[in-house]
Amino acid sequence: MFVGAIFFPLLGACISGFLGRWIGDKAAQWSTVICMVLAAICGSLAFGQVALSGHPVTVEIVTWMDVGGLEFAWALRYDTLAAVMVAMVTFISTLIHLYSVGYMSHDETPSRFFAYLSLFTFMMLMLVTADNLAQLFFGWEGVGLASYLLIGYWYDRESANRAAMKAFIVNRVGDVSFMLGVALTFYVFGSIEFDTIFAAVPQHLEDRFGGIPALELIGVLLFIGACGKSAQLGLHTWLPDAMEGPTPVSALIHAATMVTAGVFLVCRMSPVFEYAPTALAVVTVVGASTALFAATIGCVQNDIKRVIAYSTCSQLGYMFFAAGVGAYQVAMFHLFTHAFFKALLFLGAGSVIHAMSDEQDIRKMGGIWSKIPITYAVMWIGNLALAGIPFFAGYYSKDAILEAAFASHSGVGMYAFLCGMIAAFLTAFYSWRLLILTFHGAPRADHHTMEHVHESPAVMLIPLLLLAVGAVLTGYIFAPLFIGEHEHGFWHGAILNAEHNHILHAMHEVPAWVPLAPTVMGIGGIALAYVFYMLAPGIPGRLATAFRGLYLFLLNKWYFDELYDAIFVRPARRLAMVFWKTGDAQIIDGMPNGAASLAVGVARGAVRIQTGRVANYAFAMIIGLVVFVSLFLIGR
Amino acid sequence: MNAAGFPLLSLLTFLPLAGAAIILFVRGEEAVVARNARWTALWTSLLVFFLSLILWVKFDTSSAGFQFEEKLSWLPEFGVGYHMGVDGISVLFVLLSTALTPLCILASWEAIETRVREYMVAFLILETMMVGMFAALDFIIFYVFFEAVLIPMFLIIGVWGGPRRVYAAFKFFLYTLLGSVLMLLAILYLWYNAGTTDIPELFEYQVPRAAQTWIFFAFLASFAVKVPMWPVHTWLPDAHVEAPTAGSVILAGVLLKMGAYGFLRFSLPLLPEASVQFAPLIFVLSVVAVVYTSLVALAQEDMKKLIAYSSVAHMGIVTIGIFTINAQGLSGALFTMLAHGVVSGALFLCVGVLYDRVHSRDILRYGGVAKIMPSYAMVFMLFTMASVGLPGTANFVGEFLVIVGAWRINPWVAFGGALGMVLGAAYMLYLYRRVIFGKLTKPDLRALLDLSPREYAVFAPLILLALWMGVYPQPFLDFFEASVAALVQRHEAAMSVSRLAGM
Repeated sequence: MFVGAIFFPLLGACISGFLGRWIGDKAAQWSTVICMVLAAICGSLAFGQVALSGHPVTVEIVTWMDVGGLEFAWALRYDTLAAVMVAMVTFISTLIHLYSVGYMSHDETPSRFFAYLSLFTFMMLMLVTADNLAQLFFGWEGVGLASYLLIGYWYDRESANRAAMKAFIVNRVGDVSFMLGVALTFYVFGSIEFDTIFAAVPQHLEDRFGGIPALELIGVLLFIGACGKSAQLGLHTWLPDAMEGPTPVSALIHAATMVTAGVFLVCRMSPVFEYAPTALAVVTVVGASTALFAATIGCVQNDIKRVIAYSTCSQLGYMFFAAGVGAYQVAMFHLFTHAFFKALLFLGAGSVIHAMSDEQDIRKMGGIWSKIPITYAVMWIGNLALAGIPFFAGYYSKDAILEAAFASHSGVGMYAFLCGMIAAFLTAFYSWRLLILTFHGAPRADHHTMEHVHESPAVMLIPLLLLAVGAVLTGYIFAPLFIGEHEHGFWHGAILNAEHNHILHAMHEVPAWVPLAPTVMGIGGIALAYVFYMLAPGIPGRLATAFRGLYLFLLNKWYFDELYDAIFVRPARRLAMVFWKTGDAQIIDGMPNGAASLAVGVARGAVRIQTGRVANYAFAMIIGLVVFVSLFLIGR
Repeated sequence: MNAAGFPLLSLLTFLPLAGAAIILFVRGEEAVVARNARWTALWTSLLVFFLSLILWVKFDTSSAGFQFEEKLSWLPEFGVGYHMGVDGISVLFVLLSTALTPLCILASWEAIETRVREYMVAFLILETMMVGMFAALDFIIFYVFFEAVLIPMFLIIGVWGGPRRVYAAFKFFLYTLLGSVLMLLAILYLWYNAGTTDIPELFEYQVPRAAQTWIFFAFLASFAVKVPMWPVHTWLPDAHVEAPTAGSVILAGVLLKMGAYGFLRFSLPLLPEASVQFAPLIFVLSVVAVVYTSLVALAQEDMKKLIAYSSVAHMGIVTIGIFTINAQGLSGALFTMLAHGVVSGALFLCVGVLYDRVHSRDILRYGGVAKIMPSYAMVFMLFTMASVGLPGTANFVGEFLVIVGAWRINPWVAFGGALGMVLGAAYMLYLYRRVIFGKLTKPDLRALLDLSPREYAVFAPLILLALWMGVYPQPFLDFFEASVAALVQRHEAAMSVSRLAGM
């Protein structure tokens, strides 16, 4: 069961990837789906045993490395934290596999697609069940590889290739930091296995490295790694471009699972972060800033998937600042509920795109709600959950995050609370902007496209409906377990809250207006979107003209891409050419080439005396030997 | 006499020569000769490989000493003898050499059409020299093999190479020879003072502090060129570009390891104080190598040149690892050397596959190959990822250990090494994108065939190795664990002695 949950997806990937050409696309697809169903069953059972009945398990497989005291194994560590992730990942991934059967039905090489999808799931599961940092890094890089392959799935599109490469490289920037964090962890703790590290934390509180408290440095290094994977401010640029991949990919990777790996990492390392207050403050500030920053961009984007992508980025910011104020459980809860409603939104968007003959620009949609009523309904549910409207999943988790930020009573906590509040308003605004522009108003697509608008097949609708159920119910059902009264028994020590950390209690004792405020903000955002896009559709255009600078600034995503292009990409290229053409070809080769041409000349001379090159060489060697020996003996 | 019961190492060393002799005696029509030469070379190298597996099975990984030793007196009055043996540091390189040779012969099966007999002879001689070099335990014997390796390689590049082969061959030769002359001088000094050239005996001899410095630089001159370290690396891209595919594989797979092996075998144990004193210099050169050559690789338009530059960057990681002189760093360096031997060898083979079909190494000449050669695209992707150091593949284990080891010495060195992760990903993926991905627009590429059974046979063992070493590296790490531990211990003992002496 524990092993099955992880390795069934790998089996599926191998069947589809290696045998796909022989067994045919249909068989390949369905074998991956079956493997995923089996994995999901195992995953749910594991969740039941580990999280609900409280029996953590570690399954050791085999030693990976053992070098001079650095020892760790391949192992599956099932504690509540891992079990939550395993159950969630296998469940959502199964639905997405199923959805893809319909979505990719017109594709040329579906077996390749399904192999990648299953491979991704396997890597994600390895990541969450790792019992040491190296295995976590294996999964970490593995999901990076799979997402690279999936983003670049349509490899004959230049833009997809670029996006795939960008995703991989930007992630690698974070990975460098991660790797150094691991190295420092080993330096400090003499181990990179979680149990050993966590047990040893109290002895290393005072350790310093280069004048900086070692735990803080570990925290910051690992967090920069997390920023790469979770697309936080600074390293977020890959996420929107990654929408070049097929839509189910966006749902699986860029909403539900992979991007949350960074949040998972911070929660996993909570025993270290608990004693690294500065690192936590950094996490909070970056998370809060991202939440706000991404929401502002989301308000002006026109590609349906990019809007949702920025929304993901923003929601990840929420999770990070929740973790940053010490409420890891709340972060995990939001991660959990977000997976459902965000996957729902992406798949719903996919359904829209499918219906609109691959159109993604919301300016060219509109007026289609009556033609695809089920998609329309689930999109409503997804957006209600996202905006945090009461009794939908997002309400429980997002409210809790904002309460925790408020309750932390620290400067960064208040900053996070403010950013989170504004972002909540913007979230509701862009969600309804999306909803209204996509489904309502006069049709803006051409006649031909409109004629073909159709509801998706059942194989796509069933996953949507199941996710919609999740988006409604997960908050209500799981809130008591994740963050409520049963919290302690549920987590079972998988997440550590240090003795000085009372945030989980304090967040229930905030003033009465605090829990209400996010809802008010959400409704306000919806109302504004309604006014702008239903009642007076002329306003947004006039605003864009009036504040043209601001509008362009947002539309161009705060010019991050241009900035990076100017300070990293182009200089690197220029430097590369300088190193190559000047450094290597002229300076370094210049001297030896002079010598070489001289030597070649001499050798030519010698060739005339000697018969062949080999003999010439031997001769030269002997002469050289003689000369040096004599010089040496004389010199003494 | 030794664990095998017969002089295994000498047999491994000289058996290829016997094969070469047989090939030389084959007479007849050219086609017949060529076929005979191919098969004889393949069988000889396979035989050597299977014999060498005895090392894998019988090698005692718990001992740090030399095993499978053979000793014959040769010039006893000079203290020079024929001494062979392997320890944990060298044994896997013997295996790497014997494993890559049959694959190379197989890879040259159709690519080499002229002078097949001579080619195969050169290759078998090359194998003799490589194995002999790693197994030699006498400095003079080592030096002979170390230098003699150049001859067959020089010929392989110069005769069967590309259009600029003569320039490349001479550059390769002169660069590597110049450095070696200084090493010879150092060897003579050691022999003069210690009275022996036997390596285990030399380990007992303490080189005076003053002499350590210049000997260190004499060694450095020789080994740095072979590694190659920045800034004496420019011979490598030229040699790779002009060499035939199999030549590149051996060059990257084994010959580049000679320099690093030299550091491990001689510089560290014989010159502990100088090694510590000049380690920062090595670190700087290595980090520069990683960053500089990775950037240069990014700008390349020739596939082989790109991979050649990537080799320099990877060897930068190796030299960082060696001079950390701790268990993780050294094991990481050794592992990276092995992994690089497999992975970059495989990458050159990947380039060879396309070159055999299209006869161009120009990156822009390709694009969209994935469409017509899906299996090839998958193999290439695997080795691309291995080269980038994705966990689960061979390179990661080495790089990871080196970075962990380097952090203990200096975090900035670790950072410099880790920068290679980003840059490496950039140039490899950029290469892959331009060659394999994209639209298939060049009409003549449409006719390409996917991998042939022979090519599968060449790649299969390398794929297995790359994954095995990545997922379950422990069997390999076990080989050098004891030797590395002994080396570190020796080094620390030597340093504490000198510290006491300095007080």
